[in-house]
Amino acid sequence: MTSKLLAALLRRSLLKPTTSSCYSTTFIHRRPLSTAAAIVEPLEEDANGITMKGVKISGRPLYLDVQATSPVDPRVLDAMLPYYVSRYGNPHSRTHLYGWESENAVESGRAQVAALINASPKEIIFTSGATESNNISIKGVMHFYKDKKRHVITTQTEHKCVLDSCRHLQQEGFDVTYLPVKPDGLIDLEKLRESIRPDTGLISVMMVNNEIGVIQPMEEIGKICKEFNVPLHTDAAQALGKIPIDVDKMNISLMSLSGHKIYGPKGIGALYVRRRPRIRVEPQMNGGGQERGLRSGTVPTPLVVGFGAACELAMREMEYDDKRIKALQERLLDGIREKIDGVVVNGSTERRYAGNLNLSFAYVEGESLLMGLKEVAVSSGSACTSASLEPSYVLRALGVEEDMAHTSIRYGIGRFTTEEEIDRAAELTVKQVEKLREMSPLYEMVKEGIDIKKVAHFGYGVVAGRIQLDQSGRSSSGHLSSRESNLCLIRLC
Amino acid sequence: MMRQASKMILGQGLPSLPTRTRAVVVGAGKPRMYHERVVDHYSNPRNVGSFDKKDPNVGTGLVGAPACGDVMKLQIRVDDESGKIVDACFKTFGCGSAIASSSVVTEWVKGKQMEEVLSIKNTEIAKHLSLPPVKLHCSMLAEDAIKAAVKDYETKRAKSNSIEEAAPVKKAADA
Repeated sequence: MTSKLLAALLRRSLLKPTTSSCYSTTFIHRRPLSTAAAIVEPLEEDANGITMKGVKISGRPLYLDVQATSPVDPRVLDAMLPYYVSRYGNPHSRTHLYGWESENAVESGRAQVAALINASPKEIIFTSGATESNNISIKGVMHFYKDKKRHVITTQTEHKCVLDSCRHLQQEGFDVTYLPVKPDGLIDLEKLRESIRPDTGLISVMMVNNEIGVIQPMEEIGKICKEFNVPLHTDAAQALGKIPIDVDKMNISLMSLSGHKIYGPKGIGALYVRRRPRIRVEPQMNGGGQERGLRSGTVPTPLVVGFGAACELAMREMEYDDKRIKALQERLLDGIREKIDGVVVNGSTERRYAGNLNLSFAYVEGESLLMGLKEVAVSSGSACTSASLEPSYVLRALGVEEDMAHTSIRYGIGRFTTEEEIDRAAELTVKQVEKLREMSPLYEMVKEGIDIKKVAHFGYGVVAGRIQLDQSGRSSSGHLSSRESNLCLIRLC
Repeated sequence: MMRQASKMILGQGLPSLPTRTRAVVVGAGKPRMYHERVVDHYSNPRNVGSFDKKDPNVGTGLVGAPACGDVMKLQIRVDDESGKIVDACFKTFGCGSAIASSSVVTEWVKGKQMEEVLSIKNTEIAKHLSLPPVKLHCSMLAEDAIKAAVKDYETKRAKSNSIEEAAPVKKAADA
């Protein structure tokens, strides 16, 4: 009886109407059955617009961040829904119809994914995402061959999960070579050749970079790997469904794929593991031996069905999307370039995926630009947007100078981006950049003809060896006060 | 009694309603949240501009480094006799918090004595703008900018005074 009382009270208190004078104009999303430990700040929506985190905008922002994630294609959602509410069996249940139909769905999803990369369905295993696939590839392969192979080669522009897995291997005693990249973002094939050792167990190069969008020369890299008989792993999360991939032509042994970058559901990915010649991998998830023993755990049927549907759509629409996105990219770049100068495209312009446009605006800082571009959802490689004061490591690896690295903005163009969105984004960008350049002392100095590069550091207390920009010719105090030196430490100057 | 007990249990279990104030709670480890004032200073910056650097009444403080992502230029126009700052303007290359810090500083120094503004502390700026810990260097830079501007003005004045002293001596020597 106590429990009934409790339940009744709970129901009554939670369903109480929330109207009171101060809330009359706003509707706050309530989460009555929330057991979340931290109360997330709610989104406040009213007739005048949306307010969240102190920022007020007139409606939902334009989405130009497709590299971060993509909206689920409605056709994919249609394919997934039956497997949530009516055909909800576990694909590993062998004894009844629910299991059999679920298993059929998983196998057809597998075939759809395999078809997109010209592989056999037997070579695809499903994981929770590209991060997990990367972990399995790098750590799994090296742990399996740890007696004979102690060396891994990767690049400096890889995704964080790859770099972190390599660091983990380094802590275990393996050797890792981080190859530098050329200023256009592509790796130097000669350097790759030189760094291969007899005990190299894996080479990992991502196909399309998530920050700058450059496409690495996978076929040439595959040839080198075949020559030296080293397995090649590639993180193709950004490349799947956007550029043609053929695992045989590129001689790829392992490939990480992600669902939510190709208009599929979040929480699913895949790992391609070559069978001829066979590459062995030590599993990172132990359990019932699902997915050929490489990744135990119940395979999520609806997510797999969604992933498969997304892959099939991608195969059908890749060419059309590519043409359309290329035109939109040109439109955006022209729209920005005809109004303002000092715009630099980061990364190679020829070997580049059209849907990723990473621009640096000189004399303007990235976070302040993002703050002004609150009606457009984009991301930046600026220091202020990461926890430390350092700009993105990918841009640094390209050799972009620090002040330009602080100003980069990444525009992502996708299947659902419209021309109006592109025009509006270009217009807003131009407006904000002009406003910030008015406020920028660097732009002023450049207009006056002072070369900023000659001046490393401004300040009234000078660090020895730096030129002080001051017309009155103050003499510098030779020592730094302790607070200034702390400041410098924080600023890494 | 059971009803009361249930109410007590539920009372502790219910999430509290979020407060209506627009000020954002700054939590440790949360992603950047902009205080309303920072957004306001960014959208409507006060006193953006430049004075003539060569003007003897103008002190210019230029601090920061492009490599670190923050450069602030703060200029003050000082009245010679009273030593009061009559006008100030700024230009900043930096994130929203840096722009807001320098904008706030130009507002605060106007109408104050030069010695007074040297006592403006970065903690006051940070509190006014509710800057999160990761943005405190913006307020420190703003404090440095004030000091640099004041120092620049004083150096200029000292130099012009010494030139004035040298000239009558020369005249006496010529005569």
